Amino acid sequence: MDYVVEMRNIRKSFPGIIACDNIDFQVKKGEIHALLGENGAGKSTLMNILFGLYQPDAGSIYLRGKKVNIVNPNVANELGIGMVHQHFKLVHNFTVTENIILGLEPTRALMIDTRSASAQIKELSQKYGLNVDPDAKISDVSVGMQQRVEILKMLYRDAEILIFDEPTAVLTPQEVRELMKIMRNLIDEGKTIILITHKLREIMAIADRSTVIRWGKVVGTVNVADTTEEKLAEMMVGRKVLFELNKKEAHPKEEILRIEKLSVAGSGGAKGLKNFSLGVRCGEIVGLAGVDGNGQAELVGAIIGLRKILSGKIILHDRDVSTLSIRERISTGMAHIPEDRHKHGLILDYSVQENLVLKNYYLEPFSHKGLLNWDYIYDHAERVIKDFDVRAGEGAEASARSLSGGNQQKAIVGREFDGNPDLLIAVQPTRGLDVGAIEYIHKRLLEQRDQGKAVLLVSLELDEILDLSDRIAVIFNGELVGLVNAAETDENEIGLMMAGGKRGATA
Amino acid sequence: MKKKLIVKKNFLMSLFAVILGLIAGAILMFVTGSNPIEGFYYLFRGGLMNIERIGNSLATATPLIFAGLSVAFAFKTGLFNIGGAGQMLIGGLCATAVGLTFDWPKPILLTVIIIAAMIGGALWGALPGLLKARFNVHEVVATIMMNWIAYWTVFYLVPLYLKGPFLETESQRIPMAASLKVSWLTSLFSGSYINLGIFLAIIFVAITAFILERTTLGYELKAVGYNRDAAEAAGIGVNRNIVLSMAVAGALAGLGGATFYVGFASNMQIGVLPSQGFDGIAVALLGANSPWGVFAAALFFGLLHTGKGFMNAMTAIPPEIADTIIATIIYFAATSVLIERNWDKLNKFRLALRLRKSKQESLEDDSGGEQ
Repeated sequence: MDYVVEMRNIRKSFPGIIACDNIDFQVKKGEIHALLGENGAGKSTLMNILFGLYQPDAGSIYLRGKKVNIVNPNVANELGIGMVHQHFKLVHNFTVTENIILGLEPTRALMIDTRSASAQIKELSQKYGLNVDPDAKISDVSVGMQQRVEILKMLYRDAEILIFDEPTAVLTPQEVRELMKIMRNLIDEGKTIILITHKLREIMAIADRSTVIRWGKVVGTVNVADTTEEKLAEMMVGRKVLFELNKKEAHPKEEILRIEKLSVAGSGGAKGLKNFSLGVRCGEIVGLAGVDGNGQAELVGAIIGLRKILSGKIILHDRDVSTLSIRERISTGMAHIPEDRHKHGLILDYSVQENLVLKNYYLEPFSHKGLLNWDYIYDHAERVIKDFDVRAGEGAEASARSLSGGNQQKAIVGREFDGNPDLLIAVQPTRGLDVGAIEYIHKRLLEQRDQGKAVLLVSLELDEILDLSDRIAVIFNGELVGLVNAAETDENEIGLMMAGGKRGATA
Repeated sequence: MKKKLIVKKNFLMSLFAVILGLIAGAILMFVTGSNPIEGFYYLFRGGLMNIERIGNSLATATPLIFAGLSVAFAFKTGLFNIGGAGQMLIGGLCATAVGLTFDWPKPILLTVIIIAAMIGGALWGALPGLLKARFNVHEVVATIMMNWIAYWTVFYLVPLYLKGPFLETESQRIPMAASLKVSWLTSLFSGSYINLGIFLAIIFVAITAFILERTTLGYELKAVGYNRDAAEAAGIGVNRNIVLSMAVAGALAGLGGATFYVGFASNMQIGVLPSQGFDGIAVALLGANSPWGVFAAALFFGLLHTGKGFMNAMTAIPPEIADTIIATIIYFAATSVLIERNWDKLNKFRLALRLRKSKQESLEDDSGGEQ
């Protein structure tokens, strides 16, 4: 059998962890090959090796049967390998064309020949049905469009093997469908695609074969046609996965958070928040659905105290907290799982134990009269690590940076739940996480609800909102479009409201 | 366990920078036609040859320790304090003014002098901190400006209020009671410049290390330095910590000023920014921003500064060679990222070798079994 890519016995270790443990990986020409695994399983590491970003400790790579030594991404480009990273690498104040030609600008008489490049990009864009305007500025186009620019970047460099790293993480359901269409076009034109993902539904929808990795080892390679979501999930996680959440009936009690006519200024082109009112009761999960950038960040920022409000009230426990400091709000019983765990959730250069006391280090018994009690902090960390199944190479003393995304998130969840809050604001709590971690965090959120805590869940993933929420609020353009009971609605209705349609106008 | 590992690595990095700096110095000496072995012999001999010279090396290192601590402390909060020189000047000015004004017994006077120097330096540091916190003025710009404000403040105030009997350009000599020099220490080191400042320095190195490692204050300051957004979201007062960090950094530099102007020297000259304020950046860099690292780096620089005159006297090597060595060391310390990367590569190479060897051995064992 001829493989276009063959990686043999690839081994790569990082301090405390073996990311790739003698991995064999083969891709046939013209297929969409999904690389499936939990976060930290080693799939990104393996692809970074193929793309030349990492050097393997051992093992060899063969392209079209020939042994190659990919020492850096430039070599990968020359060999026809392209990669769309999870976080796009684009210059925002450049146009699409300028971004694509960056690094190999065509010149005419010492001037950059953007016109011919632009024409060429337009042609490519049409050929693959990408529908990209070569002269648009990156800062003006949507995230989905930016991803297509990344795809064009690969095509412009004549890439034959295209690696997509979690490409759907940032897309709306409609954009995902578009992307799949584009992928099929690419295959029809003779390209080969490696798709890094942990989303089973996508694999079932588009991939031909799938290689599953767990704990740095290959579990197996299967034909997608011969398998099911359940089987793939079991291979990935190593045990049976319950797709059904054990969601009991909610017993909401008194209202704990009341947002009254809140207005917040938008930032960076976002629309802000206008006259927004919403209540959250103890013992229920209120989901906030909406397309990204419609005021969610402003609302969350205002509640936790990171953003100034223009007008309105935020009432927690019958008390207006809108003028209180962040710390005072936290001690009133507010916990927050932030959207961006690296920016707002963790101090990556601190150890796990230091991160686990980030909000209460100044309280007894973590410290006494300004002196930290390291013994207690360590014991506390060991307990949270155990309770929340945080896997860290060196336990409490591992640096937060060394943890995988899922374990970082578990550490944050552990810290926030550990404070026994009355109100939990969870923003995209499972973003970028794998099945196992998502299942875990969902279970924990429901557990909090059943214990009588109030949860405000902000998510861009409609499935998540529908699965977990008792009531769903929809935000559009900074305003509340509607508030519905989760049991009485469906994806379609919420989807239409997310686009600004009021309830009732759908029929 | 991990912490220890990092400390060891940082120490090796710094040692490596020092060795490379010395090699570069040797090459320079060789190129200019001198014997490097002889040069280094006299350079180190000049700093270490007798108890008096050792005392002088320690005395030279004292203000450097404080200046280095100041830079390192601010850096832990993610702030770059270039204002060490100005903070030293103001600390020294406060110390000199107190020393010349009051006629108290030595223990009381010295205590007041130290406190005055710390307060002066703290204010000089806190102001750029406040500007950063309130108006987001970059602390590098603000501290450089404050250096010149301090420079001209001294230029104006010293001739006006503290003028010496002969010269317009310097203050009166401070009385013995106001000096950090004490006779028992001077005679112990047979007449060297050494003064109580070195003990103060050791105490403050220990205090700084304690604050950074054991207290909630240190925890907050470092949290702000590593990730301002996360610290803020967790309820830590970011602006308060910026001001506080700059104030502590200023106080440390101010103390350094006291050890320089009422310890190492005995009067203040106008029109000079103390170079130690800037050398503190190099000291902090070589010391990897750790308090005891700063201590060691400052002692080493103090040794070189003291030895270079002797080297010049005994050989034809110009004293600037010593400065070049220091500069080269700073260069290598600054590029330690590069060294670190190669270090990792080297380790990996060794690991691979070992792996291969063990594999071969096991293969040989296997084939041995077959036979």
